Amino acid sequence: MTTTIERPEVITPEVLGGPDGHHPDAAHGDADHGHHEGPSGILNWLTSTDHKVIGKSYMITSLVTFFLAGLMAMVIRAQLLDPHTSLVSYQTYNELFTMHGSLMMYLFAGPFAFGGLANYIVPLQVGAPDMAFPRLNALSYWLYLGGVITMLSGFLVAGGAASFGWVSYAPLSNATNSPGAGGDLWLMALALTGFSAIFTGVNLVATILYLRAPGMTMFRVPVFSWNMLVTAILILIAFPVLFAAVVLLFCDRHFGTHIFSVQGGGSPVLWQHLFWFFGHPEVYILALPYFGMVTDILPVFSRKPVFGYKGMVFATMSIAALSTGVWAHHMFTTGVVLLPFFSLLSYLIAVPTGIKFFNWIGTMWGGQLSFQTPMLFSIGFLLIFLVGGVTGVLLASPPVDFMTHDTYFVVAHFHNVLIGTAVFAGFAGFYFWYPKMFGRMLREGLGKLHFWFLFIGFWVTFIPQYLLGLHGMPRRVASYAPDTGWTALNVISTLGAYIIGFSFLFFLVNLVVSWRKPVPSGPNPWDGHGLEWFTSSPPPHHNYTHLPPIRSERPTWDYNHPEHRTVVHKPKDKQSTSPKGDKQTVGAPS
Amino acid sequence: MPSPASVIAVNAPSDDPTDPSQHRVSGMRRGWITALIVGAPLLLAGCNMYPTYGADPGATKQGSDTFKLYSGMMTTGIVIGGFVAVLILWTVVRYRRRSDEMPKQFHENLPIEILYTAVPVIIVGFLFFFTVLTENNVDATQPVNATVTSTGRPVVDITVTAFQWGWRFDYTGLNVGVVGETTNGPNNKGPQMVVPAGETIQITLVSNDTVHGFYLRDFNFSRYAQPGVTNIFDLNVLHTGTYDGQCTQFCGLYHSEMLFSIRSVTPSAFETWASAEVTAGHTLQGSPSGAGNIPPPNTRTTPANAGSSVASSATPKQKASA
Repeated sequence: MTTTIERPEVITPEVLGGPDGHHPDAAHGDADHGHHEGPSGILNWLTSTDHKVIGKSYMITSLVTFFLAGLMAMVIRAQLLDPHTSLVSYQTYNELFTMHGSLMMYLFAGPFAFGGLANYIVPLQVGAPDMAFPRLNALSYWLYLGGVITMLSGFLVAGGAASFGWVSYAPLSNATNSPGAGGDLWLMALALTGFSAIFTGVNLVATILYLRAPGMTMFRVPVFSWNMLVTAILILIAFPVLFAAVVLLFCDRHFGTHIFSVQGGGSPVLWQHLFWFFGHPEVYILALPYFGMVTDILPVFSRKPVFGYKGMVFATMSIAALSTGVWAHHMFTTGVVLLPFFSLLSYLIAVPTGIKFFNWIGTMWGGQLSFQTPMLFSIGFLLIFLVGGVTGVLLASPPVDFMTHDTYFVVAHFHNVLIGTAVFAGFAGFYFWYPKMFGRMLREGLGKLHFWFLFIGFWVTFIPQYLLGLHGMPRRVASYAPDTGWTALNVISTLGAYIIGFSFLFFLVNLVVSWRKPVPSGPNPWDGHGLEWFTSSPPPHHNYTHLPPIRSERPTWDYNHPEHRTVVHKPKDKQSTSPKGDKQTVGAPS
Repeated sequence: MPSPASVIAVNAPSDDPTDPSQHRVSGMRRGWITALIVGAPLLLAGCNMYPTYGADPGATKQGSDTFKLYSGMMTTGIVIGGFVAVLILWTVVRYRRRSDEMPKQFHENLPIEILYTAVPVIIVGFLFFFTVLTENNVDATQPVNATVTSTGRPVVDITVTAFQWGWRFDYTGLNVGVVGETTNGPNNKGPQMVVPAGETIQITLVSNDTVHGFYLRDFNFSRYAQPGVTNIFDLNVLHTGTYDGQCTQFCGLYHSEMLFSIRSVTPSAFETWASAEVTAGHTLQGSPSGAGNIPPPNTRTTPANAGSSVASSATPKQKASA
């Protein structure tokens, strides 16, 4: 692996400059870029093709869907407070959990990462002036916004929103069992956001492969951007399958086809195969970006380079490869899948995930750890995702899946995984990069209160749900019999959910305070490592007026700490390097 | 289990070799981790070979096998997860920032990285091995006409039809059919399947409308009832008793109320019950597959296909409303 080339000659200036041929390394006056900026104010936001503006739009929209879906969760938990609470009707309850899952999975967790943070940060990290296809990027956002509005509009139509669960199993989702426009709007929303994701995937792949700055070899790309590259490839594998499935289901609903119905010779199980062939890579589409965020944050607050950089990259690739072969572990109880095959592949995902855990620990090992809000959220992620990972290994075993499938055990498991990643790691990333995006700091005190309430609320909510699942409570029930003995655990879980809800008030107050009384952040408030911390906060149009030398995955650190920078050997020295690897560090005993 | 942490403790020297206290910490840490790894399973094993961890030990032969696997995996998970959690917390406390001194800028340590790749592969291999053993036991089925039961009677063959929203149990060899709708109010616990304890029961699970989940908490078992798929599995209920079941796969409006139960009785009581049912007129009536005779919908308005009387009639009906 030739990661040791001092300065790659193969990257040509034409490639570097991006679509308009501007060289990001060259000094350009603002006037030179004036014609790119177009109108100002609200019209700028509406017409912009700047990745930073689109990234912020994505983030705001996805946070709005996050809060809406969170409010739905509050209603769901209130309904379950008591066995026969009839706060909402069965129909409304079914709509609420369907929309809670759909908003969180399709419209928050994914778009927040690959549309929001990645859109903003990846071009900065690789030293590009913008995404490779800025107009396509704008189209992605507008398709996504259209998807959000389409999905939410289900609540306004006769018959209500979709109420067949976010997995939309056939034949429950056919026209007989789920008549009404709500289901159709749900399918349309998936088609819109699916294309939005595909276009963003294309953009990220092109940007990371072709728009890297001079010196930014693939093995100097920060792990967050690496993970986004792999995520984008997974998007290109998974989302077309979802789109195809959605079109087929729409045909079943409206055009008299029988693809998913037994009566016409079709197969309901086919829907499950198509859906989960999308759905399981989707889980990693939602997880890998957040792994990347944590991998970028831990080194900064440990004042050390990431431990096992290449191990991290290869682990990401293995997870992505394995994730395309495990979809039927969601279908163990169908009785029609080859159990040992899908079980073994599911188990094997634990190996690269374990490698990541030890690399994260290795990154902190021997460091000087400080616990600002992004670091606290990252450590919270490690602990919460760990439990999600362990319970995930249990569920890879078909017999254990038989005993827990579709119970609250599984609900607790995937909330452990998804809240660990999309919420804990996601907000770690938000607190970490917010100063870069807005040039102002969030308050540490409020951030820490947010963390502690969220962290405690999380366990209070989900530990009882594991127990409820083991005591036999199925998921997606709007009521339960009083003699089941589930009431006390449900009360605790609901209490925890409201602690989680309360914690976000600190977040909202934090945003307001930072807006009303700004504390300027400067370009590099955390003593960051990646290239993004080299430019101003927020960065100028087209991001860089000049670049530091890029000799490792942390060029800004190398520039600011020349005595502790990562030194890379020239290829001729390679045979004399120790088995510890080809990198060494100045100023430290080795 | 080889401990990556103890290797790290040796290979990654503390920041300041002149500080003797750090060697002491290192030694203490090794002691702690060794105690944890060796002690935790022993402690658990000392209390009980198979701690329940919130689950039921299993009221069937199959469920009991599943429970043992679950318990063993949970112990493994708690030991490994606990080890990693302690490692994270220990690192966070030990390496908290105490000065502005720059830490050693190391990037990698290949032997340790190989170790923590190889060890999980081995652990996963073990888990997979025990999974396959248990899975083969749980999924094993007897031929329907086998006379393997203690009384010399053939396997009790029951066709279970799940529908929106209720269950139908057809005892093919005994000409008994039990059906119950469960959307009739909060205190309706649904139909009851009566089975002989200690004998082999074979369930043939089908559905004519949506996907349902046949699940009993005490049996540690669930299986989908799906249109177009016939699932066959055996249950050997160990003791007499009543066990609550419920649909677990979301199936529409009244999913929450789709309850049933299984009552396990002595073989002789089972015989008595079966003949009493026949006398009472609870027979198969209709298609021998047991798929029919779903009762008409009650006064509450339900989607169209809950009311079909035989399986084949669903076809024109669904086409009509499509």
